[in-house]
Amino acid sequence: MATQPEIDTHSEEEAFREEVRQFLATHFPPELKGEGNPGAGIEGDLDETEAQKKWRLAMGERGWGTPTWPKEYGGGGLTRKQAAILNEELAKAGAYNPIGGMGVMMFGPTLLEFGSEEQKHEHIPPICKGEVRWCQGYSEPNAGSDLANLQTMAEDKGDHYLVNGQKTWTSGGQWADKCFCLVRTDRSDKHKGISFLLIDMDVPGVEVKPIQMISGMSPFCETFFTDVKVPKENLVGEEGQGWTIGKRLLQHERTNLSGGGSMARLMGASLSDIAKKYIGTDSEGRLADPVMRDRIADFEIRWNAFLLTARRAAEESKAQGGVSEISSVLKKVGTKLGQERAEMAIEIMGLQGLGWEGEGFTDSELRGVRAWLFGKATTIYGGSTEIQNNIIAKRVLGMLDHQ
Amino acid sequence: MAILNEEQEMLRDMARDWAKNESPVTEWRKVRRDGDEAAYDRNAYATMSEMGWAGVIIPEDHGGSDFGWLSAGLVIEELGKTITASPLVASTIAASAIIMGGSDEQKAKWLPKLASGEAVGTIAVDEGPRHDPSQIETSVSAGKISGTKAFVHEAHGADVFVVAAKDGLYLAEKGEGVSLSTRKLADLRSHAEVTFDGVAADKLASGKDTLIDDVLDRARVLTACEMLGMAQAIFDTTLDYLKQRVQFNQVLATFQALQHRMADLFADLALMRSAVEGGLQAIDGGFGISRAATQAKAEANRVLHLMSREGIQLHGGIGMTDEYDIGFYLKRARVLEASFGDTSYLKRRFAELSGY
Ligand SMILES: Cc1cc2nc3c(=O)[nH]c(=O)nc-3n(C[C@H](O)[C@H](O)[C@H](O)COP(=O)(O)OP(=O)(O)OC[C@H]3O[C@@H](n4cnc5c(N)ncnc54)[C@H](O)[C@@H]3O)c2cc1C
Repeated sequence: MATQPEIDTHSEEEAFREEVRQFLATHFPPELKGEGNPGAGIEGDLDETEAQKKWRLAMGERGWGTPTWPKEYGGGGLTRKQAAILNEELAKAGAYNPIGGMGVMMFGPTLLEFGSEEQKHEHIPPICKGEVRWCQGYSEPNAGSDLANLQTMAEDKGDHYLVNGQKTWTSGGQWADKCFCLVRTDRSDKHKGISFLLIDMDVPGVEVKPIQMISGMSPFCETFFTDVKVPKENLVGEEGQGWTIGKRLLQHERTNLSGGGSMARLMGASLSDIAKKYIGTDSEGRLADPVMRDRIADFEIRWNAFLLTARRAAEESKAQGGVSEISSVLKKVGTKLGQERAEMAIEIMGLQGLGWEGEGFTDSELRGVRAWLFGKATTIYGGSTEIQNNIIAKRVLGMLDHQ
Repeated sequence: MAILNEEQEMLRDMARDWAKNESPVTEWRKVRRDGDEAAYDRNAYATMSEMGWAGVIIPEDHGGSDFGWLSAGLVIEELGKTITASPLVASTIAASAIIMGGSDEQKAKWLPKLASGEAVGTIAVDEGPRHDPSQIETSVSAGKISGTKAFVHEAHGADVFVVAAKDGLYLAEKGEGVSLSTRKLADLRSHAEVTFDGVAADKLASGKDTLIDDVLDRARVLTACEMLGMAQAIFDTTLDYLKQRVQFNQVLATFQALQHRMADLFADLALMRSAVEGGLQAIDGGFGISRAATQAKAEANRVLHLMSREGIQLHGGIGMTDEYDIGFYLKRARVLEASFGDTSYLKRRFAELSGY
């Protein structure tokens, strides 16, 4: 008798797996097999093919791009177990999740926690369908690590706020439809004077200027707000609650940025495979360069330990609910290892690994160089490594500043 | 800093002033924008040569000043600080090969022109993307050289190539039978795959059996000098920035965590400088050159790698922009780290030279 429910769960799971398989067979365009999400690209505009669009619409309709988000807002409403099955089946079919971006990684989870019913009904469904792209208006020229120093002012004008100021390093600002912003509603208190405001990027007074990066692309912008009228309904939470909400969002950002998946995407093939190809092996199958062999093993052990830590943290936070304080550890370690790996890949390939453009290089070699350079940003954004260290030392370990 | 004589101090100060005033990083931006494949300003190189910099290691009777390797290194370091694009390092390496292995005729033909900057030389050794002089297929028969060299630096501006073949080094002139296929690397300087297809080649036959290794050791040290200048410049710029940038109502330089980072880099820079200068002095002294040169480039690789990463990190977002100069140093750094021996190669070589 005691085993009865388990068998039921099991058969339900199998039924769900079957449902996913049929969905994939019907909706996943086979020509997209093995591709990545074009919308999750770190650099460049979104340029969808017909097939990509079809796939996005199909997944969006089901809410399976955001599988565990509530159904009533357009999410998949799946249990974690079902979401895991969905992921397994996607992976087996070589299918990517076409729903991504800052809306999914950062803004959505935060709005689900802090937004009003109206706001959730307005903003979450388009995120689940991949219809609206969000950007993050946090940093300013004088508010980087010291984010609370932000000066962009939102003045209360009765039924609306009048916003003036400058944001910078706004990733994807030139392609975004909307921006979640931290603004100042009160000059008298550094932290309590901050509010969380949603701003349409196409209203009068919003201007973006792309900034060119060392990797050659211009994936981020300066964003200027001049007398921008923002309806009061676009305030998330209470006035003055922005710092709390904004920090919560950063935790989601950190977890997502460091989570094995996105780092792995930045990195591509395994180091040992790259090394076998570019360095070669001896008759016993050992890498021909013993120094590099040792360094790759050293790296992979630490990388595996990181993946295990990420998994353990995910299990713990599932048990305890919400994102945990370990997000700072994951962010700091994951980004460091990601950079190290990109550096090693280049070193293994020698000068072939440093191609910029033109003849003599494969696409994946050229992409690797840009990703290596872009990857330098991962220890800067989302709260730099130094800031994570401060968080760990002060908040986790209780090592306070001397008075 | 090594103890310099008066001549060397003058030379260094001259190079320092010129680099700062006439060849700041904005000059590199111009060269980059112009997009010429040779990737340097020919007028600037003419001026540098007029000041005698292309002939620092060349004997006086061949048109040089014979000031020695430490002197040459001082100039190259200063130019490295502003990432001045020029074939000076490549041409000096080529000159050293001719000095050590050339006949009187070969010396008379090339050294005066290399010293005056009228001709540019470079060295073509590696046939794969990773430095490995034991893997050479290029061969010579009946005085004609054939083979393909990967990633030859400054190939587009070169008049004469010092080419490694199975049985030694040869001189081959640009022209028929020499074809270049540009390889645009992240530093956007001149690199090319160069194919020699039955080109008349003149052996550098007057030197020791170890000629190729001796030349490569010199290439390692000179490259390390450029890297030293770059590391110093990144350090100076970063220190400067930390003293200016305010966050949390205080300049970043007041945070102890950052003070310690800079103190560590400062110490590493001191080690790098000693190792590089040690390499130059070993060449000038004619003693223990291989080990000193390997050590110089290995330390240069280690410290510049770290410095270029830390430089970006400590600048925050602004360091990631093309408008800011520091990214140029990062990209150039990796190209030089891979040239004439990456860290892995140098560690193996060092152990071998040390007998373990
Ligand atoms: C590619 C990229 C994309 C980005 N995208 C976005 C975006 O979409 N939206 C957005 O709002 N922002 C974005 N950012 C901005 C990013 O969040 C900031 O760059 C970051 O917060 C650091 O601020 P900063 O650049 O002003 O550096 P600074 O705060 O000036 O820091 C400079 C250096 O000092 C260190 N430092 C600062 N304070 C301390 C301290 N107390 N103790 C020790 N060390 C310290 C830092 O860690 C860093 O190494 C992006 C940045 C990059 C590079």
